[in-house]
Amino acid sequence: MGPLPRPTDEFIQRDTGLHAPALTPGYKTSVLRSPRLALIAIEQTLSEITAPAFRPEELGPLDHDLILNFAKDGGLPIGERIIVHGIVRDELGRPVPNALVEIWQANAGGRYRHRNDKYLAPIDPNFGGCGRRLTDANGYYVFRTIKPGPYPWRNRINDWRPSHIHFSLMGDGWAQRLITQMYFEGDPLIPDCPIVRTIPSEEQVRGLIAVQDRAAFVPLDSRAYRFDITLRGRRATLFENHVQGASA
Amino acid sequence: MRYPETASQTGGPYVHIGLAPQQAGFDIFENNFGADLCTPATLGERIAIEGQVIDGSGAVLCDVLLEIWQANAAGKYAHPGDLQARPLDDAFRGWGRGGADFDTGLYRFDTIKPGPVVGRKGQMQAPHINVWVVARGINMGLNTRLYFSDEAAANAADPVLNSIEWVQRRATLIAQRGERDGLPVYRFDIRLQGEGETVFFDI
Repeated sequence: MGPLPRPTDEFIQRDTGLHAPALTPGYKTSVLRSPRLALIAIEQTLSEITAPAFRPEELGPLDHDLILNFAKDGGLPIGERIIVHGIVRDELGRPVPNALVEIWQANAGGRYRHRNDKYLAPIDPNFGGCGRRLTDANGYYVFRTIKPGPYPWRNRINDWRPSHIHFSLMGDGWAQRLITQMYFEGDPLIPDCPIVRTIPSEEQVRGLIAVQDRAAFVPLDSRAYRFDITLRGRRATLFENHVQGASA
Repeated sequence: MRYPETASQTGGPYVHIGLAPQQAGFDIFENNFGADLCTPATLGERIAIEGQVIDGSGAVLCDVLLEIWQANAAGKYAHPGDLQARPLDDAFRGWGRGGADFDTGLYRFDTIKPGPVVGRKGQMQAPHINVWVVARGINMGLNTRLYFSDEAAANAADPVLNSIEWVQRRATLIAQRGERDGLPVYRFDIRLQGEGETVFFDI
């Protein structure tokens, strides 16, 4: 695996070919919101290799339990009870500990608890739809939630989002900051989704599809899905890499 | 063995549910991450940053969310990768997030002006704030930097600004200093596309 990286090391250049380009006309909103000029590549400095850190006590004990964190008066949200878990690792396979993982999703009917969502499916009084936690020393995370429903959206007139959970990741460097979406194995809406189709390769789409994980089921209670996430890795160097000069 | 970085996807129109639930319209977490980076104990000059994010038709985005990351007033990042012999400020993490107003598209951060931070090969960087922009229609979060209009000399010597080949585009990264009720307010509009397109970085 080579030398362990240090927090002073820079990140490996991003392989932009693994990601959607900015302009993806099949996803119509991108047309006016995509920069048309090339991104300007910069050599990383302290600004890019550092990032905020979070302490466990900043998060509440139920923040990662979407079944209970908005439940009222002994009620429970409607829908299929599931566990979503996995590891956050870097490109070289090393765990990313203490990463802030934040998720949000629609309820079982495909409706978001958001003042701008006007879909006719009902709000679930016992479901907020967001959660967060820090990865442990092994980069592991686990959430409990209900399976989100698919929903229609105005792109073409009959486009539907597959069931999905949004993930936000804050690792150890600003250059690792990432937002993505997790899909569910076997969902027939995945291949037709214009947002999924922004991704340039089948292999990268596969990386967003959580697989059912029978070994992690809780008998008589919940099914489980496994979703591992890869963030950029630091380039451990044997020689001074000049991200910062001597103490200034 | 190399694993490919997980593909980025848009934050979508409801990004606030996950990252700023109070703005989405409900109260769920006891501790919320917000756009005020300071406590009364924070050291440094208090400033506000305000602006709008504008699309290729000139329309203002009302569903955009921004995050900022910056050094403290002494020019030090709260992270073990920063080895500069400068003090940390226990009352300043240097990170904040805020959604634009759903009606006006105006975003705002309350923070302090960062000190200059050393760059590569010992060259000093001008004071700056790292800005990350996500919204519906943006497939991968956009990275840019905010510099300060009252730091003309430092800006002129900044290695990152100077690495931008198109000299006239550097001005898209300079926030303009104004004042409101005695508080310095920097205006920083971000143009996603078209005339005056903001410089975005591949970091």
